[in-house]
Amino acid sequence: MQQIPDVIRQIPLNYYVFFSAALFCIGVTGVLTRRNAIIIFMSVELMLNAVNLLLAAFSSYKADPAGQIFVFFIMAVAAAEVAVGLAIIVMIYRNIQTIDTGILNKLKW
Amino acid sequence: MTYYLLPKIIMNIWYFLTALTLLSALMTIIAKNPIHSVLYLVFTFFCISGHYVLLNAQFLMAVNIIVYAGAIMVLFLFVIMMLDLRKNMPDSKSNLTKLAGAILGGTLLVIFIGTMRKASFNQATILENYTSQTGMVESLGKILYRDYILPFELVSVLFFVAMVGAVMLGKREAGERNF
Repeated sequence: MQQIPDVIRQIPLNYYVFFSAALFCIGVTGVLTRRNAIIIFMSVELMLNAVNLLLAAFSSYKADPAGQIFVFFIMAVAAAEVAVGLAIIVMIYRNIQTIDTGILNKLKW
Repeated sequence: MTYYLLPKIIMNIWYFLTALTLLSALMTIIAKNPIHSVLYLVFTFFCISGHYVLLNAQFLMAVNIIVYAGAIMVLFLFVIMMLDLRKNMPDSKSNLTKLAGAILGGTLLVIFIGTMRKASFNQATILENYTSQTGMVESLGKILYRDYILPFELVSVLFFVAMVGAVMLGKREAGERNF
């Protein structure tokens, strides 16, 4: 019992659930309210991080390293996703001179 | 047990860090200038790294700082600098749409909290067989290279494919527009 960190003794796991839910919802709100494609992309990163934090919290509380390995893989996939996504955004800008998602409505109907 | 006699310093640090994280995350989606947005996002990532330290997950803290605050954010900053957004700042949506988005996000939060409030994660059973070495590099490395060696190698293939894809997408074509 001596080696259990203070956070795990004092903070209930529910707090992390609420915190991650709030962070995730901020990301969702960002995707819904902004039109700049880069900021929408950053909101997606925010959501990814909320999920990462919750996985790490559960893994740390249960002393199960598999969760943290999973977070590591999520980070690796996110890095690859960002590289490709930003390349796509740069290409969109090169073609239509804007990254406003309101103008990208060719696939709407 | 001296459990209740401990000063609640850690708890205060936790609340402070959480408030800071949520505030800078909010500023990320509120800020008008995309550069400010990226800087707030970097700050959010540092705060999340602080949470990893509190959770005794040092490896994740290092990876989070290197990958997110280091690599991904530099990528974002370079793209924003390249795109010259000052000249044609994108029009923001109408206020009605923004309000609808904010209400939707808030409703989602209420639904999440309402769902999770009923769930109780029993702390006593969690603490029974606890080892503090879970998040250290040594234990994670052993598991990563013993049980998860195939996904680890597949990630390198994924990186290669993503690199080729990004280079191909970013290459300037000689012909006309692509779409």
